[in-house]
Amino acid sequence: MFKIIKYSFYDLMRSRWSYIYFAFYLLLGFVMLFLNNNVSKAVITLMNVIVVLTPLIGTIFGVMFYYNSKEFTELLLAQPLKRTTIFIGQYIGLATSLSLSLVLGLGIPFLVYGVIESTVIWNFASLLLVGVFLTFIFVSLAFNIALSNDNKIKGFGIAILMWLLLAVIYDGVFLISLMLFNDYPLDKFSLIACMFNPIDLSRILILLKLDISALLGYTGAVFQQFFGTSLGMIVSFLVLTLWIILPVWRIASKAKKKDF
Amino acid sequence: MRNILFIAFLIFVFSLHAKQIEVCATCTIKSLKKAVEIAKSGDEIVVKKGFYKESNIVITKPVTIRGENNPIIDGGGLNYIFQIKSDSVTISGLKLQNVQANYTKDLAAIYISKSKYFTINNNTLSNIFFGILIEKSQYGEIKNNAISSITKQEYNSGNGIHLWNCNHMMIHGNKVSEMRDGIYLEFTSKSKIYNNISTKNIRYGLHFMFSDENEYYNNIFANNGAGVAVMFSKFIKIYRNKFVKNWGSASYGLLLKEINDAQLFDNVFDENTIGINTEGCSRINYKYNIFIRNGWAVKVSGACYANKFRNNNFISNAFNLSFNGRINDSDFDGNFWDDYAGYDLDKDGVGDVPYRPVKLFSYIVNKSPETIVLLRSLFVDMINFSEKVAPVFTPDNLLDNNPLMNQVK
Amino acid sequence: MIKIKKLNKNFGKVEVLKELDLTIIKGGIFTILGPNGSGKTTLIKAILGMVIPNSGDIEIDGKSILKKYEYRNGINYLPQIANFPGNLTVNELIEMIKTLRNKPTKEKELIQLFRISPFMDKKLMNLSGGTKQKVNLILTFMFDSEIIILDEPTSGLDPVSLIQLKKIIQEEKEKGKTILITTHIMSFVEELSDEIVFILDGKIYFKGSVQELKIQTKENNIEHAIAHLLLKENV
Repeated sequence: MFKIIKYSFYDLMRSRWSYIYFAFYLLLGFVMLFLNNNVSKAVITLMNVIVVLTPLIGTIFGVMFYYNSKEFTELLLAQPLKRTTIFIGQYIGLATSLSLSLVLGLGIPFLVYGVIESTVIWNFASLLLVGVFLTFIFVSLAFNIALSNDNKIKGFGIAILMWLLLAVIYDGVFLISLMLFNDYPLDKFSLIACMFNPIDLSRILILLKLDISALLGYTGAVFQQFFGTSLGMIVSFLVLTLWIILPVWRIASKAKKKDF
Repeated sequence: MRNILFIAFLIFVFSLHAKQIEVCATCTIKSLKKAVEIAKSGDEIVVKKGFYKESNIVITKPVTIRGENNPIIDGGGLNYIFQIKSDSVTISGLKLQNVQANYTKDLAAIYISKSKYFTINNNTLSNIFFGILIEKSQYGEIKNNAISSITKQEYNSGNGIHLWNCNHMMIHGNKVSEMRDGIYLEFTSKSKIYNNISTKNIRYGLHFMFSDENEYYNNIFANNGAGVAVMFSKFIKIYRNKFVKNWGSASYGLLLKEINDAQLFDNVFDENTIGINTEGCSRINYKYNIFIRNGWAVKVSGACYANKFRNNNFISNAFNLSFNGRINDSDFDGNFWDDYAGYDLDKDGVGDVPYRPVKLFSYIVNKSPETIVLLRSLFVDMINFSEKVAPVFTPDNLLDNNPLMNQVK
Repeated sequence: MIKIKKLNKNFGKVEVLKELDLTIIKGGIFTILGPNGSGKTTLIKAILGMVIPNSGDIEIDGKSILKKYEYRNGINYLPQIANFPGNLTVNELIEMIKTLRNKPTKEKELIQLFRISPFMDKKLMNLSGGTKQKVNLILTFMFDSEIIILDEPTSGLDPVSLIQLKKIIQEEKEKGKTILITTHIMSFVEELSDEIVFILDGKIYFKGSVQELKIQTKENNIEHAIAHLLLKENV
């Protein structure tokens, strides 16, 4: 498995797209700091970008990588390797290289700016951590979609649709249902609804870290218990991990049954 | 004429006989209580450095008690340390400690009742129930004291400086921390509270009600459990104060309830769950205040009439303004809003299109509070934007017609 | 020896292999022929474990290979389309495949044979189709395995390399290897093939030597013989 990870990673680390992605974040980081002139405000603005963009990039790269390396995958399939080794290896290779672009791309401007001495270092670190989580989640979802659809265009379409669904539509439906059922106690429902969308979950994790927890806890006892204590943080991270494990598990089981 | 002569005579006698009584471990008088007993009106008792286990020192004549090199007076538990029942008493330079919490009696380190012209200054109070408790008194001065305790729960803690039914008081330069309420005023009027620092109190940094015509200025209220709450008062002035980091699910920078005819200016509200929460307040002028990094900068609920917001700065707040209900009788004009996206073609420093301080999302959160979990999501940004372009839900007349392009300095 | 028993494979509603039985004895060159969509590639991929059959069994040397992967260490496979991770160099790719199997290799002489040493440090995406096919061949032949499966090995090769390829195949045969080839080039079949397996609609219609094919179809030319098989079945 390690060999597959290594070579997929090597391949991607030399790809133009990795550099474009890296350069984009580098630029974004510098522009944010330059425009805001304030590390903590830059972190908040970055949150909006990361929560929306890393899933999109993860999805597109995931699908693209899968379709592009189809023939190479077939070559690997003829080698004495387990199927799960090949696909999980490629998945980890891709997700790691995307995460590296993100962490370095944003890390460098903030390091230059002196985030280490600043008090927001932990906020910033958790921002990057959530970005990495989202990358791993959405690459795995993209792999799932690509594995289930041999038609490239259909696969791409579904992947983009999934992103749109989780990044925008889900919240829309969520918001409307909260307003419609205003008369019922909704605190538990809304917490659970957040758990089913990794983007919402990540956003809430960052909000918690950014100390807006009080704002969220303002709403009532259930929220206060969830957001006001470390419970929210722990549960969120656990569910986020589950969001990686389940799709990866499905990649493995799907790969075992698929014909190439 | 006879009276005047008599007073002149008294002054003469006092100045002649005013003497100093020294208290220390090696002095003839070893106990402060004893010294107070034998002292005559106008005497000065000097307490030398040392540890004195004394309590229930009742002062019934005008004396001055002055500590030298911070002598420690230990109350030793369920007692007052000082009870002042006379005018013109001064207590300064003492370290007062150990007054236990009590559920039937509001025990305090210094208890003052029905007195005038007293001065309590430069004392340090620690590990106490109530700090300075004053009732039915006038013209007193509480200054430069440091009051703190290690309270954990609201029910067994007391207030730092507690005034009830007083007037013409001056409270300044005090540092109060880790009490229940830092400074508490009830039925106290025509007083000035300034230059105090009130932090980490488990309930309010400053709490007053039914207290009219007071001025509060240059104070710092930070990290208090519930911030500052002021209620049922009129003709007050609150200016140049800092309300900082009052973060908590039920925490306010400043809670205004049933306050009328007040002036609020030059205050800074930084990192509070709610900068100002106003309920049923009318005719309040908000000017030159800075709201920065708050959850809600201003939250208006209940019937509030004829409030004016002028030249305030709103910077980096999650919500600038939240209105409960659709009736608006607040008037916003010439404020700086950091998320104003308009333009200024004639370069007069005033934006050419009006600003709408209430976002659709803040309206939605008001209706169904749980929606707050969607804060900062892409969808929320989108609906906010569309509401801005074509307002449907937010009050039509709630506008700042002259939003400033630059921060008010 | 490869033994295929009652192999069935559907892709959706399409039955690609129907109750296919085939035994390939050890040693020799077997060409698998058939029109497009007849099931050639599916059969090969089933042997390689890339296609998972709906029913039936495949045995190599008496052991079922279904759901196993270690047996592929004894198979060299040349895929039809050669497409590699574009950002790796030829050298890295060869090293990578080498590390995946712990077996002795002879890639050096193959590199010389196909004259691709100037390309060794080039990225794979910058290579021409023919050069890629040569790399593909090197990857296939550098291991010493009992079974060699070649899917359209001649595509994109220049005449010189084609001659080299034939030479290699002959050499491997002489070493007693079992070689399965699919191809459309009939001269290639005639020249090399010990046995022809003709598949149509997922079934085997003919299995035997070139000579036997010619006798059975009464055609002298192999292309005509194949056409004859096709026509006969279509009637």
